[in-house]
Amino acid sequence: MLEKVPTGIRGLDEVTRGGFPKGRAALICGGPGAGKTLLGLEFLVRGALHFQEPGVCIAFEETTEEIVTNMASLGYDVAALMREKKLGIDHVHIEPRQIEETGEYDLEPLFIRLRHAIDRVKAKRVFLDTIELLFLGLKDERLVRSELRRLFHWLKDAGVTAVITAETGANTLTRYGIEEYVADCVIILDHRVTEQVSTRRLRVMKYRGSAHGTNEYPFLLDDDGISVVPITSLGLTHSALTERISCGVAGFDNMLTGKGFFRGSSVLITGSAGTGKSSFAAAFADAACTRGERALYFAFEESPSQILRNMSSIGINLNPWLKRGLLKIHAARPTTMGLEGHLAIMHKEIEAFAPDVVVTDPITNLVSVGDLTSVKAMLTRMIDLLKSKGITAMFTNLVIEGDVDETAIGISSLMDTWLVLRTVEQGAERMRTLSLLKSRGMAHDTGTHSFSLSDKGILIHGNQQTISATQAQ
Amino acid sequence: MATSKPSAQRRRSNSNSRQARKTGGARLNPALWELRLYVAGMTQTSVRAFENLKLLCEEHLQGAYKIHVIDLLERPTLASGDQIIAVPTLVRRLPTPVKKIIGDLSNTERVLVGLDLRPAGTVR
Repeated sequence: MLEKVPTGIRGLDEVTRGGFPKGRAALICGGPGAGKTLLGLEFLVRGALHFQEPGVCIAFEETTEEIVTNMASLGYDVAALMREKKLGIDHVHIEPRQIEETGEYDLEPLFIRLRHAIDRVKAKRVFLDTIELLFLGLKDERLVRSELRRLFHWLKDAGVTAVITAETGANTLTRYGIEEYVADCVIILDHRVTEQVSTRRLRVMKYRGSAHGTNEYPFLLDDDGISVVPITSLGLTHSALTERISCGVAGFDNMLTGKGFFRGSSVLITGSAGTGKSSFAAAFADAACTRGERALYFAFEESPSQILRNMSSIGINLNPWLKRGLLKIHAARPTTMGLEGHLAIMHKEIEAFAPDVVVTDPITNLVSVGDLTSVKAMLTRMIDLLKSKGITAMFTNLVIEGDVDETAIGISSLMDTWLVLRTVEQGAERMRTLSLLKSRGMAHDTGTHSFSLSDKGILIHGNQQTISATQAQ
Repeated sequence: MATSKPSAQRRRSNSNSRQARKTGGARLNPALWELRLYVAGMTQTSVRAFENLKLLCEEHLQGAYKIHVIDLLERPTLASGDQIIAVPTLVRRLPTPVKKIIGDLSNTERVLVGLDLRPAGTVR
């Protein structure tokens, strides 16, 4: 069994099934700005902080001061780690114009510097960033190659777990074919921009002697460093819960045999503009908080204060829940980032807040940053994640009046319960109606009911009889 | 060769010291040349480098030079100061600017150019 060294980076250890290969070298390749250096540094810093594994960074690009500053912005005190001899950084500067070459030489000083750095902190982890620069600095490519081969053998003998970065080449994995020397584990970082929206992705291209996730996983680079979203690995293995929870509207619970949703199920609410989707969503969150549960509300249309104001007008006061920390509203414009980015952030928020219920209001806006296929893929991952955690989720979706949007059809198969809201013109009035298109695993009211929104909340008219009738059958 | 590439030569000699240009780059007579030769153990290559350097200094810089031989196996911490990545490496500390020459110094012409003891155009 191949021993592994955990990176401690959120999600990456899941994707690699435990981390990097112990005592071997892993290669991280990607274009400029893909996040290679940060990944390597996090591997070192987290190793030193959480796994009692001191590390050494041989930095060919950045100076020690630059690294200290960059890591400080992520909240890591690299200077302190260096003082405590948990981390060593040696900046290797190669200035090609300064160097004249004549006659035989070898790169023994690199080995000496590395050995010295390793001995000083008793390092278990080594990060070489970016050793390819040797090819730029030295003219004798054959010598550099044979010395690199020697270096990687040497690293293996030293028993350290190494991470090496390299820039992506035009036709090859890396510009100078470094993969020839380090091939135990190859990770590719990618930074794509589609329609002005950028998304970072990570893929394990190769992992000798180990199973690994093969998909492209979105990852985030933010104040907390790197976090990878490995949700696709979950699949349909979650267990179905039988517990029922209220949806926050008494009449609506009645339509669901009086008990509400299954815990851990996913609920879709579709409707055209102004049909009251957000009101149902807020009622649902409110009910969860009333039970003492935690609710996470992703708002892609309105700001938190706007939601609070609007909901208080229909008698739903969310303020106390916010103050007590039971409710968290995460508001963001969909266009601020790509779908994968949203998924990554939602994933992170869910991990951090550990909610019992999650509201996404509305998912329609996410469609504006992705096509139907990717929206569906993202929702699938999202729902898999939520189900595996037993989190009940409610999604609202805006459709054009009169027809059921194709998006709704596309995603409705993922949902356990689908509620459709409509407004019907009745003389001078517009009447709000609702009907359940489906609710998996339970008898449910199939009728269309009118409902009203008032300062007392959502009131569903005349469905008591219908539900009794259904039960009688 | 030198005349066939005047522009290249001018560019190179501009980066040299003004003194070098005045004397046609043929020879400098600074007060003292401070040279460091970095090696890793007394290998054949390092011995050869030292001998080549000694010969060259005697011929061109007689009485005006100092050579420090630094063995990185004994003093590994010194490698980062002068940013040494290969051995042997000759570092010209003085006169400034600092110059580095990697290798066993077997190609005397290249070493002379590298040390600004001969203009670049004369090589090849």
